Amino acid sequence: MRLLRYAVLAAVCLLALAFPQLATWADQEFYISVASRVLIWGLFATSLNLLVGMGGMVSMGHAAFFGIGAYVVGITAVEAPQWSGALLVLPLAVLVTGALALVIGAISLRTRGVYFIMITLAFAQMLFYVFISLKGYGGDDGMQLLARSPLGSLKMADDTVFYYLVLALLALCLLGLARLRDSRFGRVLAGIKDNEARMESLGYATFRFKLTAFVIAGGMGGLAGALMANQNGYLSPNMLYWDQSGTALVMVILGGLGSLWGGLAGAAAFLLLEEVLAAFTPHWQIILGLVLLGVVFFAPRGLAGLFARKPR
Amino acid sequence: MSAPLLETHALCKRFGGLLATDSVSLSVRRGECHALIGPNGAGKTTLIGQLSGSLRPDAGVVRFDGRDVTCLGAHQRAMLGFARSFQITSILNDFSVLDNVGVALQAVSGSSFAFWRPVAAETALSTEATAILDKVGLAGLASRRARDLSHGEHRQLEIALALATRPQLMLLDEPMAGMGPDESERMVRLITELKGRYTILLVEHDMDAVFRLADRISVLVAGRVIATGTVDEIRANDAVKCAYLGEEEVD
Repeated sequence: MRLLRYAVLAAVCLLALAFPQLATWADQEFYISVASRVLIWGLFATSLNLLVGMGGMVSMGHAAFFGIGAYVVGITAVEAPQWSGALLVLPLAVLVTGALALVIGAISLRTRGVYFIMITLAFAQMLFYVFISLKGYGGDDGMQLLARSPLGSLKMADDTVFYYLVLALLALCLLGLARLRDSRFGRVLAGIKDNEARMESLGYATFRFKLTAFVIAGGMGGLAGALMANQNGYLSPNMLYWDQSGTALVMVILGGLGSLWGGLAGAAAFLLLEEVLAAFTPHWQIILGLVLLGVVFFAPRGLAGLFARKPR
Repeated sequence: MSAPLLETHALCKRFGGLLATDSVSLSVRRGECHALIGPNGAGKTTLIGQLSGSLRPDAGVVRFDGRDVTCLGAHQRAMLGFARSFQITSILNDFSVLDNVGVALQAVSGSSFAFWRPVAAETALSTEATAILDKVGLAGLASRRARDLSHGEHRQLEIALALATRPQLMLLDEPMAGMGPDESERMVRLITELKGRYTILLVEHDMDAVFRLADRISVLVAGRVIATGTVDEIRANDAVKCAYLGEEEVD
């Protein structure tokens, strides 16, 4: 089992590294940008998995960070083009969405369960309507980007170059999360998910730990949004809309709640299903629903759970 | 007579029309094992909740080591030296037995805002956790998932968690609840070992155990403390006999 796990992991990494060459060789360069989209959605779903899967905080407003991350790129390009280099704008997106998560989290983490779902949803919808009405930044038409955020002498317009940038950032985030999961902080977060009252009585100020996780997840979601704006060359209030949060949640459940690779596996499976099924029927989401039912009943630990190590 | 470690003054807690804690003034001396007894529904767990900080009293004061802690939450009191075992087992079900104790130790040894270093590499934590498991008699089960333990073993793990936070005061809420005679006997022996080293407030229904373990006893009936005294004083107290012990003799 252990061997199989490493074999699958090695195969996934190799495929990810060699994908642009494979696609070019097969004369299917179009799929390089599809793969970038998968990785960016994977990053977004992974950031939500930190909240839902590792911390037990079911947020329905994660799109807030996805959308604001994108708007940081769009607004910077208009208002302060001298700052629009990737080395400035991507960290800026993380900082802004992290700060936003600090505010939203500080308020919504005072509630639990359904109320937490509702209040996070409300914040995201509020932002959605704010950006719909901001005509200066495109209103509901959104914003077109003239070019991707430049990074040194790299040709960012080249989909292969951009793909590797996304892959590198995703790898960094996954490495960080893997370390976090096994750290003191990760163990406390898992404990809070398991039994919050017990953790309180052991002396943990659980609110602070949950808020910290919320800020990290928000910043990571913002990074995903900033990358998505760059990928598409376009951003709109729809990135803030609640169905984006829902899609990410479906990806997390599909891929594996609380598993390190769950977000990525879920995003890949979801977008692949969409790609394949949409060719047959416009009602492809009916089939997606059936697949989701199957996963929940027969593989509650998701796709990644089929290979992942047993939870402790 | 040593000074009280834990003191309450005129503590009150009301749930709707029910006065669950009615002006309770209690004093637990440093180093003693103080038992809190009373019939079902007397408000014992509600009182423990207010002592541990998970419930806020409507009125009155809780003092710990002379300091007013009435407004402190459960995690703040835990840091001062309160430890609680729950009447209904409350452990981390998905953690291993060793990690349960490890995460409890982590709370009192250094900051847990550490994101990079694997906690499994901290041998000091696992060594101490193993020692505590040894003390409560769970050493052989360290790597088992907590969920899979028996009821009696869960109760032992509760005590281990309380011990791991290096407490001054242990609030033990019915540690023998639901145990068979053998398991109860083992628990009595464990608490006997803890006596003297920790100040203990013990809520328990098992009268034999209470009379063996307690230095002093307080009797709670309908939210009020009707008597406090040594084992012999409580046995001889007419009001207690009538309100509590008598009731058992009738059974």
